[in-house]
Amino acid sequence: MKLDAKIPSGPLKEKWEKYIADSKLVNPTNKRKYDIIVVGSGLAGGSAAATLAELGYRVKCICFHDSPRRAHSIAAQGGVNAAKNYQNDGDSVYRLFYDTVKGGDFRSREANVYRLAQVSSNIIDQCAAQGVPFAREYGGLLANRSFGGAQVSRTFYARGQTGQQLLLGAYSALSRQIGLGTVEMLPYTEMLDLVVVDGHAKGIITRNLVTGEIDRHAADAVVLATGGYGNVFNLSTYARNSNATAIWRAHKRGACFANPCYTQIHPTCIPVSGEYQSKLTLMSESLRNDGRIWVPKKVGDKRAPGDIPEDERDYYLERKYPSFGNLAPRDISSRAAKQVCDEGRGVGETGLGVYLDFEDAISRLGESVIRERYGNLFDIYKEITNENAYEVPMRIYPAVHYTMGGLWVDYGLMSNLPGLFVLGEANFSDHGANRLGASALMQGLADGYFVLPNTINNYLAGQLGNRPSTDHASFDEVEDEVKETINHFLNNKGKRSVSSFHKELGNLMWTYCGMGRTKEGLTKALELIPQLREEFWKNVNIPGEEGEWNQSLEKAGRVADFMELGELLCRDALTREESCGGHFREEHQTGDGEALRHDDEFASVFAWEYQGKGKTPLLNKESLEYENIQMATRNYK
Amino acid sequence: MKVKIKVWRQKNQESKGGFKVYDSPELNSNMSFLEMLDVINEDLTDQGEEPIAFDHDCREGICGTCSLVIDGKPHGPHQGVATCQTYMRSFEDGDIITVEPFRADPFPIIKDLVVNRKPFDKIIQAGGFVTVRTGSAPDANAIPISKEVADTAMDAAACIGCGACVAACKNASAMLFVGAKVSQLNGLPQGQAEKDNRVLNMVAAMDEAGFGNCTNQYECSAVCPKLITHDFISQLNRDFVAATVRKSFKSKPSTAKL
Amino acid sequence: MNIVTALLKTSIGKKIIMALTGAVLIGFIIGHLVGNLQIFSDPEKINAYAHFLQGLGPALWLIRLFLLLCVGLHIWMAVLLWCENKKARSQSYTASHTIQASYASRTMKYSGFIVLAFILYHLAHFTVKATNPEYNEMMWTLADGTVVPDVHLMMVAGFSSLTVSLFYLISVGLLSFHLSHGFQSMFQSVGLRTETWGRALKVISIVLSLAYFAGNAVIPLSVLTGKVSRPDSSIEAVAESVSSHLNTPSG
Repeated sequence: MKLDAKIPSGPLKEKWEKYIADSKLVNPTNKRKYDIIVVGSGLAGGSAAATLAELGYRVKCICFHDSPRRAHSIAAQGGVNAAKNYQNDGDSVYRLFYDTVKGGDFRSREANVYRLAQVSSNIIDQCAAQGVPFAREYGGLLANRSFGGAQVSRTFYARGQTGQQLLLGAYSALSRQIGLGTVEMLPYTEMLDLVVVDGHAKGIITRNLVTGEIDRHAADAVVLATGGYGNVFNLSTYARNSNATAIWRAHKRGACFANPCYTQIHPTCIPVSGEYQSKLTLMSESLRNDGRIWVPKKVGDKRAPGDIPEDERDYYLERKYPSFGNLAPRDISSRAAKQVCDEGRGVGETGLGVYLDFEDAISRLGESVIRERYGNLFDIYKEITNENAYEVPMRIYPAVHYTMGGLWVDYGLMSNLPGLFVLGEANFSDHGANRLGASALMQGLADGYFVLPNTINNYLAGQLGNRPSTDHASFDEVEDEVKETINHFLNNKGKRSVSSFHKELGNLMWTYCGMGRTKEGLTKALELIPQLREEFWKNVNIPGEEGEWNQSLEKAGRVADFMELGELLCRDALTREESCGGHFREEHQTGDGEALRHDDEFASVFAWEYQGKGKTPLLNKESLEYENIQMATRNYK
Repeated sequence: MKVKIKVWRQKNQESKGGFKVYDSPELNSNMSFLEMLDVINEDLTDQGEEPIAFDHDCREGICGTCSLVIDGKPHGPHQGVATCQTYMRSFEDGDIITVEPFRADPFPIIKDLVVNRKPFDKIIQAGGFVTVRTGSAPDANAIPISKEVADTAMDAAACIGCGACVAACKNASAMLFVGAKVSQLNGLPQGQAEKDNRVLNMVAAMDEAGFGNCTNQYECSAVCPKLITHDFISQLNRDFVAATVRKSFKSKPSTAKL
Repeated sequence: MNIVTALLKTSIGKKIIMALTGAVLIGFIIGHLVGNLQIFSDPEKINAYAHFLQGLGPALWLIRLFLLLCVGLHIWMAVLLWCENKKARSQSYTASHTIQASYASRTMKYSGFIVLAFILYHLAHFTVKATNPEYNEMMWTLADGTVVPDVHLMMVAGFSSLTVSLFYLISVGLLSFHLSHGFQSMFQSVGLRTETWGRALKVISIVLSLAYFAGNAVIPLSVLTGKVSRPDSSIEAVAESVSSHLNTPSG
């Protein structure tokens, strides 16, 4: 398949303006003749649904939560980037664009990222006008803080709850439209499949989670804003119910899945404490400014940290990266932690953890200074682990927390399936191989508020009257398949719970396709995952019934999709014979352990095309052209 | 450690529910309360029984999905945390823990411990927003907002919409939820234009949903996982009085008379 | 929506009515207490005061009607709110747990109803004198020669009974208790409580209730302990006159 990104011609700065100027428009009186389905109500979905409805389209927004306010965008803490340059510290649209492309290890599209930086300012204006209580300075103007990967202060924030406040802003705009009757909101509704009619995405099949009803929805366009797929690893910083079902099923109906192996692993999370663990919690990276990371030198040293003398401790980051020390970049720190744990020197009950020690900082600065800087983080740590980090070192370990890959989209956010638009974390477009902090919120809102509402008209303009009825044969066909799967689950009566399969898959993914990936491990995973999947379909046990609230059944469908997506993720990782951003192939590193890109071969997007059950997916490549930025090796020295 | 849980089981909204007691397997005291339920559910599933339905999602205390009344207290024994941030170390070996759903008629039970909090959305739809079309906003720094006002708005905006305030209130009143949203938006310059309509419409939506009345006992703020203060209820009352008085005596624009 | 519908139809409106009528009644009971404390002065003083109030004529009836309206509204709203609250939680918790709601706030309906019973008795006792018709005979001649009801004597006679005094003390105690929540609650309901003075309000509320109770308690206690008394002859005279009335067939 030829993947056409449809990037407008002309200079970088003028591309977006040109795109809008050249767009086909939909007459205001015709807008209300179009039905648009938005799946997901997070930052991207909520803002898109609200904005499309304001424009006059008839919108149907679905989410599996009880309310559109619950999406996991809500958990983002740090902030949202915008090139406002309110600090007069040399920021500009170009600098934000450059930082983002560089941060993404030169694996994202220039034009998309530039547009993102351009609209970033509008996001802040929009949110402030909605009543989002951003942090302020005493003079009443907006405050900023700096964030990883940038040398300027361009991050806007609302305490440690920026994601929550931005989501509630989008939710309020969406609520206004629901109140006005322009958006039909369907909570407790999960998308189970995409309906494609004559090659165009024209509807979806959903299940009502309360009543179990299977419904058909026809539309002129379908928008997916369903977030990332990090829960394929089971344990992650994602919400428990975050899933890839919508994008995966769209993929199986023809949408290409791009760069699935780009997963971001955050180095400072609270480690797993036992088999029962359901969730990993992030601790702010800022702790590494004052904490020192170490493990015992001896393998299997089970002494309490205080009993291990100084000369028997290995401050491995300081040892390996003397110039950066404990502030080594995320991917390096994550991999180094994994390495020492693999050697059997990990700490804590499970042996999967390293110490983040504040003893030196406390003796140097005093406890009160540390308390002032990190008090709330120490409190969170105490709440979860029941340990006082002022007295004993924190234990941390890396965890999955974002996926840069997703469905392939063109410049207008439309997938290769006409009529199917993909926004936010669910698409692959803006972050390349690695996302910078405070950029996820920016991208979600940019897509929903400003990009999609200006691109969807290009598709819709030619589609008036093409919306099929839900009696169309394609709906029959897809609905039958959905029902068949559900019946299979409920009648299977196997021996193992869904969760046990999810856990096993997660372990497998983490072991073979986690922080350090090898050809050998990935090949092994590609053997093991299909076996596990086979057992899953044969042996899964789903209690309860179809026509009612059934959390096991919901989960079964999601895990079934993860089983397939996990395999594609490993295949992508195996095929990408280089290291870049969140994807680290151990065979491809420099002498001192840095990621080694092979730009001549891999400066492209890998977009996988589904070929049918049991068949190897087809790889399509979209090559990335850098006209404005010189590709370079990221340098941490 | 091991505990027994006495938990509310109810097949659906229509059916009658009742308590059932389950023994937990051996637990780790570092488990969260929800992980304890996960473990019990795994056992139930293996025994062919239906697992206990309960609401949860982010498991880090911000999405507001988790609920549960644990030994008579919404979100469990500790102040300022949600159920998902409650850990088993807060209980003793051998404890019998009573787990009930949020009880309020506007929040009907869907199954077991899961309730439908839709009326909260309805209240927000009635006025919990600032009318601003996408793209029509002025520069974010065009309207300065004093730090104090912004901080108070943030205090109010911290609400996660979990409904614990309703669950804890002896009268199942939603005043803290409504008060927090009204105070956030009415306190900011951006919210001034719609101030009166907002409070009147949101209170009307709250009443229509069938919540009880505030009797100023402040159980709501005591259980709020974000420690939102009941001062915002006072603020809501004040705004309501002012809006009612203004509405009654203000001359109306000619368009409003049509 | 006009003010009347806003007050009567909305949840907050009903609470505002509770607060406003409560405020009037608090004003009344405080005034009433101050009037009663004149018992510690010469009987002439309180009797003259009572006579002055009686002499207000139609104004007195207006005040009485207004107070009655307030009591009525206060009770009506309380019942309405209570019904709505019941309806909002038709199924209660098995494990019930109170965190910070004060005992007074949780027992407002009980204290309220007992206080209502007390008010009815109190009116029957001293205003209508239905329970003690002999009070009609208690007269006092003011310095200017006018003969007026001897309120002072009625009070002394009334509180000489231990039972009456006890009932009175308990009821006033409950009223003070009702007040300890009601007073601060009133400010919250109309939106006049803020964080800045919320704590002070709480203290004021408790001090006010205690003072109110003390003021009321000191009257029967003083009578019972003989600190306030009248010559036995005056009470006996009334008793005789009453019994002679009762013995007269035509009486």
